[in-house]
Amino acid sequence: MNHLISRAGLGILVAVAVVAGAWARSGSGSVTAQAVLTGLLLGGVYALVAMGLTLIFGVLDIVNFAHGAFMTLGMYATALLATGAGLNPYLSLLVSVPLLFGLGYAVQRHLVSRTMGGSLAAQLLLTLGIAMLLENALLLAFSGDTRTVAVSFDTPLRVLGAVADLSRVLAFAGAMGLAGAVWLLLTRTRLGTAIRAVAANPEGASLVGLDVRRLHALTFAAGTACAGAAGTLVTPLVTVEPTAGELFNIIGFVVVVLGGLGSVPGAVAGGLIVGLTEQLGGIYLPGQSPLLAVFAVFVLVLLWRPQGLFGRPA
Amino acid sequence: MIRRLVVLAAIGVALAPLPLLLPPAQEAVAVRALMFAMMAVAWNLMSGFGGLFSFGHAAYFGLGAYTTALLTVELGLSPWLGLLAGMAVAALFGVVTGYLAVRYRLKGAYFALATFAFAEMLRLAALNSELVGGAVGLTLPVTGEQGWWTLRFDVGDPAYFWVALLLTLACVATVIVLLGSRAGLNLVAVREDETAAAAAGVAVVRHQILAIGVSAALTSVAGGFYAVYYLFVSPDLAFGPSVSIQAILPAVIGGVGTVWGPLIGAAVLAPLSDVAATVVRTPPEFLSFLQGRSGLDVIMYAVLLIVVVLAMPRGLYGGFARRSR
Repeated sequence: MNHLISRAGLGILVAVAVVAGAWARSGSGSVTAQAVLTGLLLGGVYALVAMGLTLIFGVLDIVNFAHGAFMTLGMYATALLATGAGLNPYLSLLVSVPLLFGLGYAVQRHLVSRTMGGSLAAQLLLTLGIAMLLENALLLAFSGDTRTVAVSFDTPLRVLGAVADLSRVLAFAGAMGLAGAVWLLLTRTRLGTAIRAVAANPEGASLVGLDVRRLHALTFAAGTACAGAAGTLVTPLVTVEPTAGELFNIIGFVVVVLGGLGSVPGAVAGGLIVGLTEQLGGIYLPGQSPLLAVFAVFVLVLLWRPQGLFGRPA
Repeated sequence: MIRRLVVLAAIGVALAPLPLLLPPAQEAVAVRALMFAMMAVAWNLMSGFGGLFSFGHAAYFGLGAYTTALLTVELGLSPWLGLLAGMAVAALFGVVTGYLAVRYRLKGAYFALATFAFAEMLRLAALNSELVGGAVGLTLPVTGEQGWWTLRFDVGDPAYFWVALLLTLACVATVIVLLGSRAGLNLVAVREDETAAAAAGVAVVRHQILAIGVSAALTSVAGGFYAVYYLFVSPDLAFGPSVSIQAILPAVIGGVGTVWGPLIGAAVLAPLSDVAATVVRTPPEFLSFLQGRSGLDVIMYAVLLIVVVLAMPRGLYGGFARRSR
């Protein structure tokens, strides 16, 4: 526990130094505060995306390249319900989450399970194929036209000298709430305990009578449902198109590696860090894509601490 | 090794008259197949024989494409010099980033994600760099002296196919010679069991770096040819994730870790997108809803990829070669 506290202290020191540097660089407190607020709010959504990825990685040991495509399906479900049936975007969580849960279950049971225990390349390529299939099925069905969904009651809120739209705050709050729910599911329920047992030792889990195949499918389904929920929550913030989830998939990987593979608290912390890095990186490297800073941090973490900030050394 | 080189020469002789027999539209498909082949052969050396799964071959492809384009546009140099310079740049990039990844013992998924990150960083850098045209990209001059030195011909000229064929044969020959050498045997030994290979006195890191460097240089040739052939490069076309996927797909569908698999995969994949384009342009009665839609070609790739991964993990060539043994 002690090393966790000292690491958290170090992290806070680094964060303060980075924010102070950004302040000095931009010469404006409000610019910096705005970047911090936007970064944290978006980071919450990254955390939810990464939580699904890290769950799948931790339990099934699969690098899931289809995660972003599943998220895009969530966006389309929300966008179609909002424009077609006039449904409140946040109510469509009731559709996107069960839909993606079922799809994830079916995909794991019928496709991914056949590569379990196979080579890393086979699993990676399979999920890549699923991603390409989903994205281009959407392209075929709805063409590449972009859609936007507006929240009728959206309004700008003032927070500590910065401004954030209500829809962003709701996305953050929703993501954090769902992340908390997943955390409780994993730590406080029999199902969660069983899932963690499978992650720790599949043979042992199967010896004590757990249905490992079913738990694998449930975990994949839960991870995919996280992607669907994240898709719904960001729909009011992004332009919906068949490739909209790709970027979140990539950022999700960065967050997962940063937080440590399979670590749920790591995913939350990593998501917030990446959100901040993206926004503050825009101040440090003006004129460059904010993602450049994210990838630079990613490579540094890979080289310096591949087990992640919260993972244990192998 | 000699036998493989003879087979390769026979393939080259058999393919050479192709552009004289095919209509121009089909020749473009054949050229695309050769570009697929170059990338897949190079990817296969590093990831199939070397066991280092790369998801970022776009980095090497893009460096080759941009180097060739820049030297042609800015200095008016021959693309041949551009190709050589591109090989040097890509190999250097591959060796430096590869050394970092191998040195810090990145394995499996981590290695793949690191290569992906390096490629994405190059894409973002190119996107925001005025020197290389930013998001707009670079356009190579259409007019000017034609001929083999400037690699500029009329659109649809068979010479384009022959240049691509020559480059592809050179790439495959390089891989064959490397695999037949002691270094190639060591490389496969490292893939199979690093610890055992090291115990037997094989310099593990040096062989992995060698595979990455050669693979990067060969991939850059495909990129350089792309610039010469399409006369245009942009950050997404050169460094985008789909380029990395294009290097992986033919090798996986043909057969990872086999010499001929990537060639077969390229020959199968390249015509598919043409078939898809035809179906979308003039769909048969029962598929009339597809009229004018896009996405069908990638769906076909994706289904093929899923089927191969699940049903034929050794790929088309690997599966048949094994069955007939």
